[in-house]
Amino acid sequence: MSLRLYLVRRLALMVFVLIGIVVVTFFIVRVVPSDPAQLYLGARSRAGQVEEVRRQLGLDRSLVVQFGGYVGDLLTGDWGESLRTRHSVLEDILHFLPASLELIISAMIVAIIVGVSLGALSAYRKGGLIDHGSRIVAIAGVSLPAFFLALLLQVIFFRVLGWFPVATQIDPVVAQTHPVTHVTGMLVVDAFITGNFVAFADALWHLVLPTLALAAYPAGLIMRMTRSAMLEALETDYIKMARAMGVRQRFIVLKYALKNSLAPVLTVIGLMFAYSLVGTFFVELIFAWPGLGTYATMSILSLDYPAIMGVTIVVAFMYVFANLIVDLLIAWLDPRVVLS
Amino acid sequence: MESPLLDIRDLRLEFRSYRGVVKALDGVSLAVDKAEILGLVGESGCGKTITGMSVLGLLPRQQARVTSGEVLFRGDDLLRKSEHEMQRIRGRLISMVFQDPLASLNPVFTVGDQITKVIREHKRVSKKAARDAMCRALSETGLPTHKTLLHSYPHQLSGGMRQRVCMAMAISCDSPLLIADEPTTALDVTIQMQILKLLLRLREELGVAQILVTHNVGVAAQTCDRIAVMYAGQVVEQGPTVAVMKEARHPYTMALYECLPQGKSAQELLTIPGSVPDLIDPPAGCRFHPRCRRVLDVCRDVRPPLVEVARGHRVACHWVAEQSGPVRIPPES
Repeated sequence: MSLRLYLVRRLALMVFVLIGIVVVTFFIVRVVPSDPAQLYLGARSRAGQVEEVRRQLGLDRSLVVQFGGYVGDLLTGDWGESLRTRHSVLEDILHFLPASLELIISAMIVAIIVGVSLGALSAYRKGGLIDHGSRIVAIAGVSLPAFFLALLLQVIFFRVLGWFPVATQIDPVVAQTHPVTHVTGMLVVDAFITGNFVAFADALWHLVLPTLALAAYPAGLIMRMTRSAMLEALETDYIKMARAMGVRQRFIVLKYALKNSLAPVLTVIGLMFAYSLVGTFFVELIFAWPGLGTYATMSILSLDYPAIMGVTIVVAFMYVFANLIVDLLIAWLDPRVVLS
Repeated sequence: MESPLLDIRDLRLEFRSYRGVVKALDGVSLAVDKAEILGLVGESGCGKTITGMSVLGLLPRQQARVTSGEVLFRGDDLLRKSEHEMQRIRGRLISMVFQDPLASLNPVFTVGDQITKVIREHKRVSKKAARDAMCRALSETGLPTHKTLLHSYPHQLSGGMRQRVCMAMAISCDSPLLIADEPTTALDVTIQMQILKLLLRLREELGVAQILVTHNVGVAAQTCDRIAVMYAGQVVEQGPTVAVMKEARHPYTMALYECLPQGKSAQELLTIPGSVPDLIDPPAGCRFHPRCRRVLDVCRDVRPPLVEVARGHRVACHWVAEQSGPVRIPPES
């Protein structure tokens, strides 16, 4: 099957997945006993106002009619208005998403680099110092909850050692003296491409602790997966053959075995990307990171259903998209994989 | 007399397993001359493959321990080499190909990349020169040298082509000795003959000496100059192919021939009674004695030495020795 045909099919499938998610979240959010109109008006509202707002928001109509209206609006780019911020949900999301993406991407980069290299090294020297050391790191990373690790990092690196800032994206003074021009919305990236290196250094410095808190779990899993996939690959006949032909052990491990181990590792990376989208909720709250996680948490706590719907759709889309990328990468790495 | 290319002397090798120590090789002595094809024949588990692997030092060093013996290649003991020295020898002086050519080739690298890697591992040559060497090796094995093949992945080739690619890799650095471990077993019968002819041609044209490990007596008979029959980690009979085939003396070798299915119906087909001995606790004396038709009292206690019954034809059997009143071969100095 040609790549184009495959992509078209996958994208079509993606649409169905998203429709399913919209249906499920719409009805689940509405089942929750809360009064959006009351929420919209706040605590000091008069009785007549509630009825009025209910009519305005269309909440007096049947659920099915409301759903039809919502889907119609979604398709035209109108994701509704947040009951809490009173802004368009889509605008809110586009405003908060870049900060989250910055955090997630940097955490995934750290997790992949640390996980794959330590995993490969521990397979290469199985039973050695790196193997035992990285096993402890991996188990700690996987078993410590992100929010606990985040607090731990703050206590150690801010309170005790004072090496890193405790929270936020950038020092307020730096933000005033070296304001960052908005390009992508990702502070570190924007500061870098506009040549604002003072802000770049400061933003990067602020990024370290939340990145570590978010990267620990994916790094641990990727490490263990890489190690076991590598050990399996090292037992195969083609590795025996390569050794019988005098290919150096280093090359055998780092190239022949590693490339063969990457498919399962990539699958885990795809899943971990999805995990990070949710993991970032806690990390952002603790580090006062103005991202989608903070927005989502606030929306959930105030039962702001248009915002909850919007965030859910974005997270679902990114999850499905990440899986598509992983499948394409696996097909690219392994010539035996047929896209279908 | 010129010393042989490869001379394995009294090789003893043990495996550590959780059940105990497996005495996998017990005093194996074999020699391969230049441009000679030696067939190593026996049932599975008799130590043929282990012998091949131990020549190249491919067995895991923690589990497999050589307890005595020498593996002399051009007079140099390979057992004393470091892992790094062995890596320089593998593929350049001694190569090995295995039973399953699909599993032997890395699935995610192209055939061309894998062969040039071997060449560039052993020779400091340009990419261009490595490519030329690869093309020479490929044509030697009867494969085309066009881009389609070089850029294909192993799963895109036929079984016969894959085994030729393995052979091309093995001869790409002009190694004078090739160990072929059941190279035809995983192939279609129609392809087997082609691969055997290829082995013969490599010997004729490039003078590549070979150890052909096979459980198939017919394959060995067609290809080899000499045959060594192994049983339970020991060589029980060895000699020129004709002698071992036509005038087999060891009861095990004879029993092996009787098991060949050629032109026999299922009722006529024979098997050797009993089973292959447990090498953790092998039988005392001759390891074949529990299954042997000609067993004598002495077989139960004393290990029979290899005895020359005809020129170059040696048999390790008390019964044969008693019959022919032989001369004991003095141990080589």
